[in-house]
Amino acid sequence: MSMLAAPLHRVSRSTLLRHLAVALIGLVVVILVLESTSTFRNAQFAAMAYLGIAAGGLTVLTGLNGQISLGHGAFMAFGAYSTALLYREAEPVLPVVGVLLVATVVALLVGALVGVAAARLHGPYLAGATLALAVAVPGMAIFFGDSLGGEQGLNVRVPDVPGWFADAVFFLTAHDVTASKYVAYIGWLALIVTFVLLANLSRSRVGRVWRAVRDDEVAAELAGINLGRARVLAFLVSAGCAGLAGAVMAMAVRITAPSGFTLTLSLTLLTAVVLGGLGSLLGALIGAALLTFLPQVVTGVGHDLGLSDVQSAELAPLVYGLVMVLVILLAPAGIVGSLRGWRRSRRETT
Amino acid sequence: MQQLLTTALTGLTLGFVYAAFALALVLIWRSTRIVNFAQAPMAMITTYVALLLIDAGLSYWLAFVVALVSGLVLGALVERVFVRPVEGKSEINAVILTLGLFIVIHALAAVLFGSRYRSFPAPFGLRGFEVGELNVALTGFGMFTIVAVLVVMGLLVALFRFTDLGLRMRASAYNAEVARLLGVRVGRMLTLGWALAALVGSLSGLLIAGGSLVHPSYMDSVVVYGFVAAVLGGLDSPLGAVVGGLLLGVSLSFVSGYVGSEVVALAALVILMLVLLLKPGGLFSHAAARRV
Repeated sequence: MSMLAAPLHRVSRSTLLRHLAVALIGLVVVILVLESTSTFRNAQFAAMAYLGIAAGGLTVLTGLNGQISLGHGAFMAFGAYSTALLYREAEPVLPVVGVLLVATVVALLVGALVGVAAARLHGPYLAGATLALAVAVPGMAIFFGDSLGGEQGLNVRVPDVPGWFADAVFFLTAHDVTASKYVAYIGWLALIVTFVLLANLSRSRVGRVWRAVRDDEVAAELAGINLGRARVLAFLVSAGCAGLAGAVMAMAVRITAPSGFTLTLSLTLLTAVVLGGLGSLLGALIGAALLTFLPQVVTGVGHDLGLSDVQSAELAPLVYGLVMVLVILLAPAGIVGSLRGWRRSRRETT
Repeated sequence: MQQLLTTALTGLTLGFVYAAFALALVLIWRSTRIVNFAQAPMAMITTYVALLLIDAGLSYWLAFVVALVSGLVLGALVERVFVRPVEGKSEINAVILTLGLFIVIHALAAVLFGSRYRSFPAPFGLRGFEVGELNVALTGFGMFTIVAVLVVMGLLVALFRFTDLGLRMRASAYNAEVARLLGVRVGRMLTLGWALAALVGSLSGLLIAGGSLVHPSYMDSVVVYGFVAAVLGGLDSPLGAVVGGLLLGVSLSFVSGYVGSEVVALAALVILMLVLLLKPGGLFSHAAARRV
């Protein structure tokens, strides 16, 4: 008993070890879920993974640093187009990991550009500026149609499953790896790595600085924090996450076109963050799950109510919007935040 | 010469519409410190109301008036039901709320009216005048646009300058607490402010739609241009919003005419960034004391 208790104690004491332990459990769950579901579900889980990565980054920005971005769809577009350019039908220039990294860095750089301006903005001004970004970016793909494919967009290569990976999965589960399952694995591995990094970041000195800036600018500045630098860094990190999400999205959807990065995408990402409770990564994941699986459910309900396909497809955004309004009016802390507050108040009374 | 004139005049007409939309944003910002991002879908849905009436055989003018009145009612309703609880709270909550309303109204319109493009009639001709060799791009509808926006602005100025109601509204916006102590029903004034703003927003929606196509997201880029115009003018000043709208309309028209229509939104973004970086208080701001 004591032999097991000592290492367990050490794991729960160290933040990094605790996060890694959670990540390992997450990985096992991911393998179990992806191996026991159909190809169609695998594709859905890939979608959940990239929405989760983007929502995680946005959660850090909004929840920890108090900034709001309506332009994360645009950062996803930068990641996706980098992926499409590097990972074409012909021989790819880079391996998958390299592509993901480059996409992240490209979005980071754009995020730095926007972030420098954003650092001086707050609330509605920042919202308006990032809204303009979200509306402006799809037009660029059409303007530079020669290299970016215009309205039709660019095709993305179907990733070939590496031999060792297929062997490893076959050895563990006796299943073959389809391309969409492979992409789902890429997405979830990227998500786990991102979330571990974000969780550590938010627990570290950087995260404390961000929270200090969010809660009281004056006090933070008096404590020697450079407000602008903290804001730009938060913006950078979250833009990088969106870029990575865009790269996974490009691989999962296999095409990158301006119509994939509408204003609606940016706004739905915000829904995921609000739904999940501002500032909680678990909440962002729950929000991403809702964004992935809710449309199917409500579209079915719409059909039962006698609506046409197009009309039923609009029911999902209707629900997101309603939920967003209701969360702000009734439970501004979001689902996870409200549950935490409820648990805390119950603990205090008992 | 021909293209220069056409571009400038088209820009001027568009500028008046952006000015009206920016004015709507400024009216709300002044009274409640909220940027109403839902202004665009609100204007969109009242335009659909007008379209339904016109399709049912009613005259354009009746539909026009009904749309403006429904904008007024919608604005009041939105303020009273949704916005009142978040007024004066954290600014992020208000932003998220108006964005939520944005999505809701958008999706509702698509469910109710479908998301295909529908053409919207214009009461006046859409052809320019011919002056000798030159084809002046100022259409009948363009002139109507300019006159309509000017009339509404004149009425608003008269309301705020010369009436008791306008004075009470200004007092509530300037200092709600003192106004309340002096017996002003501040809540009612705020509702009225939102209603008036939604009316002006609906006007700009109808003017953009005239002679063009309507679909649930046809106003989405206008909210960006209206916001940029309002920030150009300082977000706090109605006059600034009008000047900002005109400036933006003309500059974006030149970008569209000489560079390409796809980069118009990008140009708006660049203008916004420049203003926010160089003169965050708007073009007409003086050096103001920094609030810590």
